[in-house]
Order: sequence, then C-alpha cells, then structure tokens
Amino acid sequence: MEITYGSGEKPPYQNAVDRILGWGRKYSIFFYPFITACCGMEYMSVASSHYDIDRFGAGLPRFSPRQADVLLVVGTVNHKVSPVLKIIWDQMTEPKWSISFGACASVGGPYDNYAVLQGVDRIVPVDIYLPGCPPRPETVIDGLLKLHDKIQNQKHDLFWKRRNK
Amino acid sequence: MTSEEIISCLQDRFPEAGIECLIDKGDAVVNVPLERLTELLRTMKVDPDFNFDMFMDITAVDWLERSPRFDVVYHLYSTSHNHRLRIKVKVDEDDPVPSSTGLWTAADWMEREVWDMYGIRFSGHPNLVRLLMYEEFKGHPLRKDYPYDKRQPLIEETWPSKKMQVKIDDRGIHRP
Ligand code: SF4
Repeated sequence: MEITYGSGEKPPYQNAVDRILGWGRKYSIFFYPFITACCGMEYMSVASSHYDIDRFGAGLPRFSPRQADVLLVVGTVNHKVSPVLKIIWDQMTEPKWSISFGACASVGGPYDNYAVLQGVDRIVPVDIYLPGCPPRPETVIDGLLKLHDKIQNQKHDLFWKRRNK
Repeated sequence: MTSEEIISCLQDRFPEAGIECLIDKGDAVVNVPLERLTELLRTMKVDPDFNFDMFMDITAVDWLERSPRFDVVYHLYSTSHNHRLRIKVKVDEDDPVPSSTGLWTAADWMEREVWDMYGIRFSGHPNLVRLLMYEEFKGHPLRKDYPYDKRQPLIEETWPSKKMQVKIDDRGIHRP
C-alpha cells in the first residue's frame, strides 16, 4: 500500500513510526470474513480453537466492515455479488489490507464461465493470495505471517489523513 | 406402477398418434407435441392412477442445429405411488410453452430458470423474469451459441490495468 507524504519528503521520525505502528498493527488484526462458498468451511476450522490464530493476534472476526482491518474474501465471487464486495471494501477504514482465500477468490478457480469473477483482484486490491482448493489451515497461517511481514515493513501514517482517491 | 405399467396406462388414455412412449434407463419417457402438452400434464396431475403430485424439475436441451431447436424436459414424481415420468417436448426458439404454474406451484421458479438460461418463453407465467443472472445480463448463457469466454461484469474491473495488460500480452498469459 503506497503512502504519500504531505510535502513529498520523509519526516525524520518516520522510521521509528513505521516500526512501532507496524508492530502494533500486525498483532491486532481484525478480519472481515466475506464468505460465499465452500472455502468458508476451512475458514471456520482456522477460526476455531484448534489452530488458535489468536496467537497471531487475529482471533476475533468482526462482522462490520467499519471495525475490520483485513478483508478476507473466502470463496467463489460471481459477477452478481461483486458490487457488494466492492462496497464492503470501500466502507472499510484505513489502514486496511485484503487476503484472497483459495483458488476461486484468486483466479476464479475451476469456474471459468459466464457467472464467476475471474479473481477478486479485478475489483479490490489484494495483498496476499492463498492457493489451494480449499487452502489448508497451515496455508492460512502462513499467509497470515506473510501479512505480518508486510505490515511490519510498510510505511504507516502517524496521523490519519485523507487520501485523495 | 412400474415403468411398463405407466406406459401401457398412458397409451390407453392417449390412443391417438403423436404421443410416443418409451423406456429409457428404467424410466418411462413420453415425447409429446407442444399442442398436447397441457392436456397431458393435467392428466398426469389429476388422474388418481398417475397422481404425479411432485414436480421435480424442468430443464432444457439445446440441439443448436436441429430444427425445433430445444427439448424441454419435465421430471415428475408421485409420492403416493413412488413412480417417475419424464416428458419431453420439442420447441423452437420463438414458440411459447404453456406454463404449468397453474398445476404445480413449484414450476414457477423452474420456468424462470429455464427462461434465464435458455431463453424459452412460458406463456401464462405470472412473473417471467430472470432467476439466477442479474437483470443487466444480455443473452442466455446455457445456449450453445453463447461464447464460453464472454463475461459481462456488473462493475468496472480495475485489474489488469492497461499497463499490466501490455505486459500480460507480451508474455502470452491467457486470462479471459
Ligand atoms: S477454491 Fe475450492 S473450496 Fe474454495 S470456494 Fe473455490 S471451489 Fe470451493
């Protein structure tokens, strides 16, 4: 995710801000699960106690896009439902990330047909793609750790500012 | 009744030519001309010997090059007699098929689905609009002449961007 600084140059405290805010944000991830198909079963097993993703600070899914940080697109998204997904992404507040969970959400999966959107990256930006039909919970945890790395190493705003988008 | 009994019983009720009965994979199949369809379906529903009270499905087959282009296939089941029947009727693109919503309420959504997917009209249907696809969708996707890679996205797709598309074309990656 690209961040533009007001004047175009980096303030001197920026490195410390990136590290501290990145550390804080990566351990307080709230998922918004957008579940449309069979991958949802696998998401449920990830979210339940056996795999315990609370270890990585992502234990509590929020069912309102306003309160969530990470959009988790789980399952087949077809053209009919794609405006809903777009609205949900637009409603989420910054900073936000998104994960495309499974083959269907990433590239359309086995469904190369008239009804299915060929990858959610066509309508929302995607940070992490999880392969598999459905991905095993270990894959999900691996993707979550990759998202941790990404959040830790990216730039963060100290003060919230409106993006011109 | 077994399939053989259904067929002999049917031939008693409809002795005229035009209604053709056969047994296919253990099930009774009736080929009926479009004009006789309503009459046949009504008999199947109200006659106590048949008593087909459950309307399982309607579907259609697109034969593209054949002259009446479509087959509309009705699947009936009787919960009291535990027997099944398949009714096939040949229709052309512009022929409206008489709706069976008056006989079975279940036919409502199934006829809408057949209209949505194949573009076969049902005359007398109370609300013949698309069931599965969205209103903006053009054409009927299960017809054989609908291009398999045609997409009709509802909102603008931002990926691949123009710059990315050039790279994809260079590398020859297929992404419909
Ligand atoms: S990737 Fe496989 S398991 Fe996941 S939604 Fe698609 S078909 Fe279902």
